Amino acid sequence: MTAEQGVFLFIGFVTLFSAYTMVTRSNLVHAALFLIVALFGVAVIFVLLDAGFLAVVQVLVYIGAIAILMIFAVMLTQDNASRDQESMNINYGWAVLLSALFAFALIVMLGQWQDIGAMAPTLDAGRDTVVELGSALVSPDGYVIPFEVASVLLLAALIGALVVARPQKKGK
Amino acid sequence: MSFFQDPVGAISALISNFLYTLLPQAWTALIMTLLGVVAVSSFGLIIVIFLIWVERKIAARFQDRLGPNRAGPYGLLQTFADMVKLVTKEDVIPAKADRLAFNIAPILSVVAVLLIWAVVPFAPGWIGTDLNVGVLYIAAVGSFGILSVLMAGWSSNNKYALLGAFRAVAQLISYEVPMLITLMVPVLLARGMGMVDMVKDQTVWFIVLAPVSGIIFLVSSIAEIGRTPFDLLEAESEIVAGYHTEYTGMKFGMFFAAEFLHAFTVGVLFAIFFLGGWRGPGAEATPLLGVIYLMLKGFFGYFIVMWVRSTLPRIRIDHMLALNWKFLTPLSLALLILTAIVEKVFEGNAWRVPALLIGNALILIVSYYFTRAISRRVTKERVTFKKRPVAKPA
Amino acid sequence: MQNTWLFIGVFIAIAGVFPLLPIVVARFIAPHKPNPIKLETYECGMETVGETWVQFKVQYYIYALVFLVFDIETAFLFPWAVAFDALPLFAVIEGVIFILILVGGLMYAWRKGALEWS
Repeated sequence: MTAEQGVFLFIGFVTLFSAYTMVTRSNLVHAALFLIVALFGVAVIFVLLDAGFLAVVQVLVYIGAIAILMIFAVMLTQDNASRDQESMNINYGWAVLLSALFAFALIVMLGQWQDIGAMAPTLDAGRDTVVELGSALVSPDGYVIPFEVASVLLLAALIGALVVARPQKKGK
Repeated sequence: MSFFQDPVGAISALISNFLYTLLPQAWTALIMTLLGVVAVSSFGLIIVIFLIWVERKIAARFQDRLGPNRAGPYGLLQTFADMVKLVTKEDVIPAKADRLAFNIAPILSVVAVLLIWAVVPFAPGWIGTDLNVGVLYIAAVGSFGILSVLMAGWSSNNKYALLGAFRAVAQLISYEVPMLITLMVPVLLARGMGMVDMVKDQTVWFIVLAPVSGIIFLVSSIAEIGRTPFDLLEAESEIVAGYHTEYTGMKFGMFFAAEFLHAFTVGVLFAIFFLGGWRGPGAEATPLLGVIYLMLKGFFGYFIVMWVRSTLPRIRIDHMLALNWKFLTPLSLALLILTAIVEKVFEGNAWRVPALLIGNALILIVSYYFTRAISRRVTKERVTFKKRPVAKPA
Repeated sequence: MQNTWLFIGVFIAIAGVFPLLPIVVARFIAPHKPNPIKLETYECGMETVGETWVQFKVQYYIYALVFLVFDIETAFLFPWAVAFDALPLFAVIEGVIFILILVGGLMYAWRKGALEWS
C-alpha cells in the first residue's frame, strides 16, 4: 500500500465518520462543526486527485461561506442553540431500509464496472490545469454559456434570498 | 562566499546528502519536508516575540511616551516576561462552556495564521512550497480564522462573547469581498496564482500599476485583522473583550499572538503582492538580500498598520459595513474591470503603465465626486427633519 | 499528489502542535483551583439573568448571504484571471459581463436596503 493510498483511507474514514456524526448529533451547532470536518475531508480528497484549485475553492466557499451561513441559520431559527434536538423520528425504520437498498444498489453497480481498480491517468508535468479551466470557461466552444448562466443564477439566488430574508419594513 | 550566498540551499543539500546514505529516498523527502515545516513555523512564532515589542514601542512613541523599557535593555525582554506571566495564570473554563470548541478555537486561530507562511516567498528559491494556487490558498486559510472566532464566541456560554463573535464574523466576512477582488488584480497582472511567479513578474511593482487596488487591499486587510479603526470587536467599553472574554492564561495568549502575527503577515503579503516582494538590487544573486528586502518591506507595511492604528478613531459598525459594501466593493470591481480591459487592449505595449495609472486616477476622481454627492444628499435628508413640538413650561 | 501539498499536510500537523505546547506547559505550571464563583459567566461583575441566548438579528444572515454570492463569483473569476494571456478580447468582455451582472445584484441589494445595519 503506497503512502497515497494510506492517506486516502485515513481521510475517507475521517470524512465518513464526521458525516455520520453530523447526522446523528442532537446539538445542531455540533452537527455544523462536524459538517466542517467532512467538507475539509472532501477538500483533502480533491488534493489527492491532483485538483488543487478545487480543493482551495472547496475550503474557501464551503467552509468559509456556506458553513458559516448554516451556523448563522441554526442560531437564527433556534430559540436556544444549545438545546438538544431530537435526532430520530418515527420514520427511522423506513430510512434504514431505503439506505440499505441504496447502498446495495451502489455496491452492485460499482462491482460491475471494469475500471474500478485502474489508476487515474497522471497529468503531464507541464500542464497547468487552472489556465485550461480558465480558457475553457470563457471560450465560445467551451463553457461560456454555462458561465454566463451561472452568473444569472447567482443573481437570481441573491434576489430570491433577499426577498425572503429581508426584514419587514414595518418594524423599522 | 557561496555559503553566504545561499545558506539555505547549502544546508539543505548537506542534510539531504547525509540522510540519503542512511535512509531510503521517500523517508528522506519526508524528513526534509518536516525540517522545512519546522523552520518556517519557528520563524513565524519567533518573530511574534519581536513584533509585540516593536508594536508596543512604536505605539508608545506615537502617544508621546516611552513604552516598555524596564525588562531587559530597551525593554526587549518584555514579551518574555508577558509570556511567563500568561503561562502561570489559571486556565478558567466557564461552567457550561462547550469544552471541545472552547479548547480548539485558540489553536485554530494560530494555525490559520501560521499556514499562510507556508507559501510566502522569502527569496528566489526559498519558499515553503510553491502551490500553483497560492493566492486562493491564502484566502481559504483566512476562513479558518473566521471559524475560530465563531467557535470561541459560541462556546463561551456568554451573551457578550456571542454578540461580539457575531459582529466580528459579520465584519470579517464583509471585508473578505473587497480583499478577494483586489487580490485578483495582482493575479491578473502576473497571469498566475503562484506566489513565486507573482514576485518574479514584478519588474514594475504592482503598486505602480494598480495603486488604488493596493490601498483597498491594505484597508480591507486591516479590517480583516481587527485593528483600529476597525477594532470594535475588542472595544473594551462596548462589549468587554468581545469573543475572547472568557479566555484566560495561555489560551488568551494564543489569540493575542495570532493577532500580532496576522498583522505582520498582512504587511508581508502587501509587500509581496504590491511592493515587489523580495525584489531589489542584487537579490537574484544573493538570496539572503532578498529575505532582507522582504522583511524591510513587510515591516514598512506593518508600520503603516500601526500608524493607522495610532491615528484614527474607531468606526461605528454600521459605518464600517456601509463603507465596505457601498464603497470598497463597487470601487474594487470597477478597478478590476478597468485593469482587465486595459491589460488586454494594451497588451505588450509600452503605454500599458501610463494607461493603467490614468485609469486608476479617473476612477478615483469619479468615485470622489460620487461619494461627495451622496454624502451631501444624505446630510440634506438628515438636516431637514420634521418640526418637533416645542417644549412648554409645566 | 505532489510534494507541494505534502508540505501543507505536514504543516497543518506541526502548526497544530506548536500552540499546544505552551498550553500544555501552562496546565502543569498554572494553579488549578476551580470554584463555582470563578466559573460563572462574566457579565461585568453582575449576575447573569436568564439563559444564554441572544436575539439574533437577521441582518447577520443577510450579510453572510451576500458574501456567499460574491465569494462564488470570485471563485469563478480566478481561473479567468489566470488564463488571461490565452484569451482574446472577446473572452475578457465575457468576464466583464459576468462581473456586471453581479454588480447589478449588488445594486439591487443596495436599493432594497439589505445592506443597512438597522
